[in-house]
Amino acid sequence: MLYIERWKLILIALVCVLGFVYAAPNLILSRDDGDAQSDLPFYVPYRTINLGLDLRGGSYLLLEVETQAVVQERVESLTDVVRTALREERVRRRNLRVEDNGVSFDLLDPSRVEEVRQLLQEQDPTLEVETTADGHVQLVLNEDDMRELRRSAVTQSIEIIRRRIDETGTREPIIQRQGDNRIIVQLPGVDNPQRMKDVIGQTAKLTFHLVDTGTTPSEARQGALTPGSVILPALDEGDRTQQAEYVVRKRVIVGGESLVDAQPNFQQGQPVVSFRFDTVGAQKFGRATQQNVGKPLAIVLDGKVISAPVIRDAILGGNGIISGSFSTQQVQDLALLLRAGALPAPLTVLEERSVGPGLGADSIAAGKVASTIGMALVVVFMILAYGLFGIFSVVALMLNLVLIMAALSILQATLTLPGIAGIVLTIGMAVDANVLIFERIREELRSGRTPVTAIDSGFRAAMRTIIDANLTTLIAAIVLFSLGSGPVKGFAVTLAIGLITSMFSAVFVTRAIVVTWLRQVRPKALPI
Amino acid sequence: MKPLRLIPERPNLNIMRPRKVALAFSFLLVAASIVLAVVPGLNFGIDFRGGTVIEIRTEGPADIAGLRSQLGNLGLGDVTLQRFGADTDVLIRVQEQPGEDQSIVIKTIQATLGDSVEYRRTEFVGPTVGEELKEAGFIAMVVSLLGIFAYIWFRFEWQFSVGALTALVHDVLATIGLFALTGMEFNLATVAAVLTIAGYSINDTVVVYDRVRENLRRYKSMAMPDLLNLSVNETLSRTFMTSFTTLLALFALAAFGGEVIRGFCIALIWGIVIGTYSSVFVAVPALLWTGVTPVGVRSDSGEGDDAGEDGNVPATP
Repeated sequence: MLYIERWKLILIALVCVLGFVYAAPNLILSRDDGDAQSDLPFYVPYRTINLGLDLRGGSYLLLEVETQAVVQERVESLTDVVRTALREERVRRRNLRVEDNGVSFDLLDPSRVEEVRQLLQEQDPTLEVETTADGHVQLVLNEDDMRELRRSAVTQSIEIIRRRIDETGTREPIIQRQGDNRIIVQLPGVDNPQRMKDVIGQTAKLTFHLVDTGTTPSEARQGALTPGSVILPALDEGDRTQQAEYVVRKRVIVGGESLVDAQPNFQQGQPVVSFRFDTVGAQKFGRATQQNVGKPLAIVLDGKVISAPVIRDAILGGNGIISGSFSTQQVQDLALLLRAGALPAPLTVLEERSVGPGLGADSIAAGKVASTIGMALVVVFMILAYGLFGIFSVVALMLNLVLIMAALSILQATLTLPGIAGIVLTIGMAVDANVLIFERIREELRSGRTPVTAIDSGFRAAMRTIIDANLTTLIAAIVLFSLGSGPVKGFAVTLAIGLITSMFSAVFVTRAIVVTWLRQVRPKALPI
Repeated sequence: MKPLRLIPERPNLNIMRPRKVALAFSFLLVAASIVLAVVPGLNFGIDFRGGTVIEIRTEGPADIAGLRSQLGNLGLGDVTLQRFGADTDVLIRVQEQPGEDQSIVIKTIQATLGDSVEYRRTEFVGPTVGEELKEAGFIAMVVSLLGIFAYIWFRFEWQFSVGALTALVHDVLATIGLFALTGMEFNLATVAAVLTIAGYSINDTVVVYDRVRENLRRYKSMAMPDLLNLSVNETLSRTFMTSFTTLLALFALAAFGGEVIRGFCIALIWGIVIGTYSSVFVAVPALLWTGVTPVGVRSDSGEGDDAGEDGNVPATP
């Protein structure tokens, strides 16, 4: 009657052996060995458990791409297009302004409305042009276009962030899109999160402008600013050797997108960035410098003037340097940013969680100590309470831990500090199934059954309860997982894995052990 | 060797007798928890409130007063310092700054304290994410309670699921009450703890309910209070054993697992104690009030089940 089919026994044994095989790399290999072999297929047991940032140390950043900036830029360039087009056709207008993701203006001569509509539609067929009889014209960016603009801004941002992070030499970064305009960046092992944030978060839009020598900044403030110029602050306001503000021409001579290389360098002992333009960029730069020898040229980074050296000669080769009051680190980062390219839109850090390597190592050590002690306590207690059967359940418990390790390694789930808590909790709860079974067997024995029937009905009756009880906890674990943010998700994962493996080990494995023991020993009374 | 028993082999406790007292106690507990959660309210962590947390380690024992005077006048608003585990470790909390990007806090503090301290952990949450996490945490609690309710309804009769939900809500509120009372930080990990407690408590409840259902089929003419009493007594040994092993593991974790998860472990320990209590003293008596009857035998008087105050009057004539 109490009999387990051979194939079931083989299956149980097979699962256990596989558990050991897949858990083994965690004991043999260090993390780095595992990484080196990451191109092996999944069934080769080389994977080790993926440690979360709270254990390895590192930074988690949640960034938001301000996609509205891209739309704004597009609208502003549209305004220029409209202004030029109207001027060329000698259409007189007033009130040209940016309005709700579009441009609007009023015609002085309302009868030319149709003509203007056709003119604008020729400029950009995707535009939606609305006109009224009294000469009000409104251009709105197409919804699809705007969505595409925003989408590609996020995609580009991810690409550029990836390039920047790769340039810093950070290993195994994880960069993912989240929702419409958010990006999650995870940087394991980073010990200076502030620098990484600076490197990732800076727009790094480099442009070269001529300085407007016609006015000084203070005159410009009082109204002498010409329409084609703008006042920009200096990058380093504390630097007394430079002026605090500059009046520069809005027109960009050449921008950072034309750069093909940028490297940190030294000139007269000062750290500088040397750069090289592509062919087209070099031509533009050469022409502009040729025509403006003796005038200052402003080097502008993200709307701030790095420096404004006077052009001594035409720079025709496409090579140049950017000097300023830089530290060596700043020069390295600036060169890196210029090589990786500018972000299409500004980024905001919405959330940061960084753990230093010291705390991570401490947490791992504490987790090891706590789980070892917790485990030992439970083991001693189970043996005290149930004797030989307690030992059976301890074997199942050990196997359970091996299976959890194997499952975490195969799934490449992330083990976090709360995740370790989840495992320890599972240790406590894993014996629950055995407790249920053993208590049931005791009851059956008390009501006068033979050992064999007591064990049989003990397992049978407890089974349904075990499934009900574990499934309800599993519901909570799944909800937690979907709520999931970093460490909490890690807790949900180990809790869920632990519930499943503990059901397997406590029910099937213990049963197999008990049945085998019964058949070998054929006891008259049960030591329970 | 004689096996160790936490409780007598055949406990014969009358669980039903003190049920009114237990009810009053539970009612007070829940009411006090709700009141405390409103005034003084929960001490929300940065996960929900936004703001910055920096954990530093100083060389030698930390001079909290000195650090406080250094950091108090930086114009960052409310800055609180707290020893965190070891003598050398200090947790700095800074209130949320206007705007999304809170990095300025970390920059300012690092500039003030310099490289003489080890920055073990820096975390900030902006206002938008804080709101989102709060919402997500709330939804998670509600969804898992409903999910568990639905599962119990599916597996048992509705009376059982109402009883189980009552016990669950009891445990969740009592845990929230603990946090309100002690002022321990209520954060995402706490939500995880509360949900785990819910899962654990329902686990206990299901075990007892399973036995109630089994006994309902076996002893069709037994009075409900007696039957419930019997079921609790039969499962009491298991209930204690499991709670005890889990508590053993959790105490080890709370004592040796490090400061970061201590609050989390304390919540779990409390939850397991209260969950064990509620599965016996809340979930089971609730079956009387929801009117569970032996299978195939209908109660004529519906609520009349409640008549047997001391457990001796048969509920079903």
